[in-house]
Parts: sequence; C-alpha cells; structure tokens
Amino acid sequence: MSLARAESRRLIKRRFTKVLLIGVLLVLAAVGAGTWFSNQKVGPEQIAAARAEADRYYQDALRQAATDKQQCLAAPGTPAASQWPANCDDLYTPTLEDYDYTWYMPPTFNLREDFTDMISVFAVVLAAAAFLIGASFVGAEWNSGGMMNLLLWRPQRLRVLGTKLTVFLSWLTGLTVLLGAVWAGMFRLIAETRGTTEKMTPGVWESFGLTGLRGLGLIVAAGALGFALASLGRHTGMALGALVGVGALQIGVYVMAGLAGFKYPDTLFAPFWLIALLYKEWIATDYTSCDYSSTSGCEPDTFTMTWQAGSVGLAAITVVVVLISMWTMRRRDIT
Amino acid sequence: MTAVLEISGLRKTYRGRKGVRNALDGFDMVVEAGQVHGFLGPNGSGKTTTLRTLLGLIKPNDGRMAILGREVPRHLPEVARQVGAIVESPQFFGNFTAETTLSLLADVGGVNRNRVYSVLDLVGLRDRAKERVKTYSLGMKQRLAVASALLKEPKLLILDEPANGLDPGGIREMRTLMRDLSDSGMTVLLSSHILGEIQLICDSVTIISAGRRVTAGSVSEVLAQHTSGAVKVRLEPGVDLLGAAELLRSAGAQVSLEKDYFTVGNASNPAQITKLLAERQIYVSELTPVAADLEDVFLELTGTAPVEGHTRQVDETAVSAGRGGWGQ
Repeated sequence: MSLARAESRRLIKRRFTKVLLIGVLLVLAAVGAGTWFSNQKVGPEQIAAARAEADRYYQDALRQAATDKQQCLAAPGTPAASQWPANCDDLYTPTLEDYDYTWYMPPTFNLREDFTDMISVFAVVLAAAAFLIGASFVGAEWNSGGMMNLLLWRPQRLRVLGTKLTVFLSWLTGLTVLLGAVWAGMFRLIAETRGTTEKMTPGVWESFGLTGLRGLGLIVAAGALGFALASLGRHTGMALGALVGVGALQIGVYVMAGLAGFKYPDTLFAPFWLIALLYKEWIATDYTSCDYSSTSGCEPDTFTMTWQAGSVGLAAITVVVVLISMWTMRRRDIT
Repeated sequence: MTAVLEISGLRKTYRGRKGVRNALDGFDMVVEAGQVHGFLGPNGSGKTTTLRTLLGLIKPNDGRMAILGREVPRHLPEVARQVGAIVESPQFFGNFTAETTLSLLADVGGVNRNRVYSVLDLVGLRDRAKERVKTYSLGMKQRLAVASALLKEPKLLILDEPANGLDPGGIREMRTLMRDLSDSGMTVLLSSHILGEIQLICDSVTIISAGRRVTAGSVSEVLAQHTSGAVKVRLEPGVDLLGAAELLRSAGAQVSLEKDYFTVGNASNPAQITKLLAERQIYVSELTPVAADLEDVFLELTGTAPVEGHTRQVDETAVSAGRGGWGQ
C-alpha cells in the first residue's frame, strides 16, 4: 500500500504529467469552443432565411437555363453550334426540388448525430496523452536512475513495476471517467444552446456510454503500451521510437500486401482497427472487384471489421508487450 | 563477532561479442557487525558488480550471499528495510526537490516522513531541501544519496564512493559521520578509491582484483602482512654512498639511491646489510624499516602501480606476486 501511495504521489508531482494534462484540457476546451462558435441554434427565422436563399439560387438557375436555351436556339450555323445539343429542349431545366433549403441552413450541433465523433476525438486525444504520460512515468525513472533507487528500497521487481503500472492505469481510468462526464455535459450544453437534443432516447445515451467504454479501453491500452515500451527500452524515447518504427512497418506491410494481391490490405493497418473500435465497425472495400447484380450493376466486394475484432487485436498487442516488459524486468541485470 | 555480511564463491559472468568475461570469479567477503569495512579494488575489478549483486540488482551465476544472517537474494525483501545503500554515482529524478525525493522513498519503504529533515540535516542539506535536485552539485547529490541511505536507520550501510565530488571539508564531515554511525552500532561497508580515508576510518578491509579477493582482515593486519620489507639505510657522513650501494647490489639487494641515504627493497634480514658493509669498514648510522601504507599494499596486491612508459589497461591486474626476499 505504501508503494502504491508513493507511486501515486510521484505520478501527480511529475511536471510532465501536469504539463500534458494542461495540454489535454486546452485541446479539449478548444474543440468545445470551436464547436460552440461554429454552430448555432436553428429556429423559424433561420429556416425562413435558408428557404429564401434556396429560392434565390433556384431563381438564378432558372434565369441561367433560359439564357442557355436562347443561346442554343441561336447557335445553329455559327461556330458555337458544337457547344449545344441538336435539340435545345434537351437542356436541363432546374426544379425547386434541386434546391433543398436544408443545404442552406447554418451548422447546428445535433447531439444524437454528432456526439459519437466527439467521443472519438476525446478518446484519441486522451489516448495520445496516456501513451506519452505512461512512457515518461517509467522511462524517466529508468533514465534518471530512480528505478534503481526504488529497487534498493523495494527489491521486488515485478511488484514495483506492476504497482507503478496499476497506479498509472487507475489514475488514467479515473481521469478519463471524470473528463468524459465533463465532456458529455459540455456537449449537451452546446447542443441545448447551439443545436438540438432531439430524439435523445435512453437507448442513444446507452449507445454513447458503450462507445465511451470502448474509448476508455483504447486510452488504457495506449497508456499501458507507452509504459511497457518505455520500460523495455529503459527510456521514454524508446516508446516514441517504437511508435515511429511500428508506423513505418505498417506502411511497409500495407504496401507489400497490396503488391502481393492481398484482397483487403487496409485491414492490416492498425488505425482502421481503432476506427472499428470507436465506430462499432469499419468497412474495407476491394475496388478492383465486381459483384454484379441486375438491379444495382457492379458493386465492389467489402469486408466488415467489427469493433470486437479491432479490440481483440489491440488487446492482444497490449497484453503481449506488457508481458514482455514484465518478463524483461524480472530477468535483466540493472546496471 | 557476528557477521553482518557474508559472501562466498560469488561468480558473475558476462557474455559479449568478445567472449566470456568473469566480472566476479569466486569472490569471498565477510563484514563483521559494528565495523567500518573498506572495500577496495581498481577500476573494473568487480566492486560495483559485487554491491549490485548483493543488493539484488544483478543476478549472480553462482555463490552464496547473506545479509544479517539471511540468505539473499531470496530473503532480500525482508532485510532490505535494514540495509541502506548507494551504488555508484548518485541518481535521482532531477525535477524533484530533495525533500520530495526523500519523502517518496520514505513512503516506498514505510518510513516516517518526519525523518526526512533529520537526515537532510545530518548531511548538511536542510537549508537546500526545497531546491530541485538538478540544481545540485555532484557533492550535494552525493550528500543526498547518503541521506537517502540513512533514511531507513539501517543496520548495514553500503556506500559506494561516498566521497565522490565532495570538497575537502565534505570528505572530513563524511569521515566523522561514518565514525559516528559506526559508534552508534551501525555496520558500514565503504567502497572507495581514497585509500588514505579508508586507512583513517576503516576497521577492516577487503581488497578485490580481477573478481577475486586478494586480501582481507583488519587494516593493521593487512598492513603488517604486506610490509614491504624495505629498510632505509643512512651511512656516516662522508662515506661513499654509491660504493656502498654497489656493494649491496652485487650481493643481490635491490637498492634505490636517494640524496643522502638509500633503501634496500628486499631486505628480509637487515642484519645482512650491516654485516656486509661492516666487513668493508663502512658503518651504518641509521637502519629503519620503511612502513607500508594502504596505498602501497593496494598497488602491490592489485598490480596496478604505474610503470614508466606503459599505460595500464583497466583489465590489467596481477594477482599478488610471490613474496620473500634477499638476505634470508
């Protein structure tokens, strides 16, 4: 318990933790502010203005169509004849339906439709921060020699590293839940003042909650990966280097899979796993294929990656890397 | 006396691209309770490897170690609370203050945080306790390291080069501190290159070379065992010093000529000197044994004395050469 308390204090006292958390709060606040300023509440006044604008564009289009028809009728026997169809009645005449007034509505924040994207933004920002804080929390300890000091006081390697990781992930989970609640409250407020909360049934909130839980899983996995990679390399930079290395490897694998004729090379690209995780599924498309039907013609083949598949891949990688870091901690000479 | 620390047959092998290197090759050491024990050895001889292995940071290939009567590393977690240690250079997270650093360690070890200021006071850092460690000089970091080792009120204190970076005043303070700690019943294992300091404050020593113990015992015993056997010879004024030296050399003595005297390096029987010289009517006015100090013993046993025109490599050591001498 004393070790957990000490690690908890150490995590909170670290300047890097504080700076990164302030950075995260600023980014999240900027997203909230941007959403606030770029949306507005829609009422009869905005609808009337949108209808008027749609009608104005429709009238402009009608005038242009009439001018075009006159030019078409006057064209035969002149060099411009080739620019017009032989039968000027074939020229398209715009209809009112072509100018839907909703296209001219000001942006408005629809909580039901837009909040899933905001959960994803929240999860990605926090996952990036978790990776860096986790890497620095243990990497700086190795690099400064603090880990050796710690082991002189507590010569129980796995307990020391395990407690460190547990404390970090516990704080991360608590922080994510807290910030997640604030995030949801903030966007509900934005929706009420600069958008709409229509059709927000308990089922929709439940769906948001589940997306949030998957986001939490992503954040915790990113934190654990950063921590484990930095512990393996005994330096914060090792985690960042590994991230760059994996990115380069992914591009290489993606290109090679494409060249080798792999049907869905996108499925090997980890960022798509994250999309599947956050948006429940992600559809990979093979544009070189043709699935013919008499009603819709040629349709490309698709592969649907479910959030379950994405989360299993992510969890497997995280568990393997954490286990290797623990095994290395147990085996290595600390010099 | 009870042994606080026992090491026997300790082996540690490193495998590298250049082959296998034995950092510790059957090393033995015993430290008795209440003593200040000096641990000496040239660079790369295995001192730090020994301390790291003892403290569970390095896994040995073979051998037995016990601290306070408990086998380690198996029982290290149980005895760690009673062992304060600094290994090599002091290493701390630079952005924390000394107070934070020590209070975090106190939390880790379940030590009362109130002790933090006591130990900072003891090492002279109380007034700088709230400054970040990265602003500290090497000597101040060394003091902080000693403070961290003392925080637990250990029964065994292991200090690797504690005087590193300290100013002369700091070295003296450290010496007094070691003595006071020893007087209070604490056992101190002190690894250092400052042999004069070791000779002044240690009750006993172990010297290691090439991963093996080359000698051990109380300081006086070690010095007595390794006296050089040299004697200083001064003749009556006006006597041909060079001629006398040549006479002894021709009889096999190793003579070093100084301005107004000479020394005979391998004089195991000084009576031979007076006899040989008296036969030529040369009379000795002074014949005194040359006392060895710890530095001489160290250089002799580890084979690390500088040789003119030769740069010694760190792995170049010699196991104690055979002793004996001229005149026996």
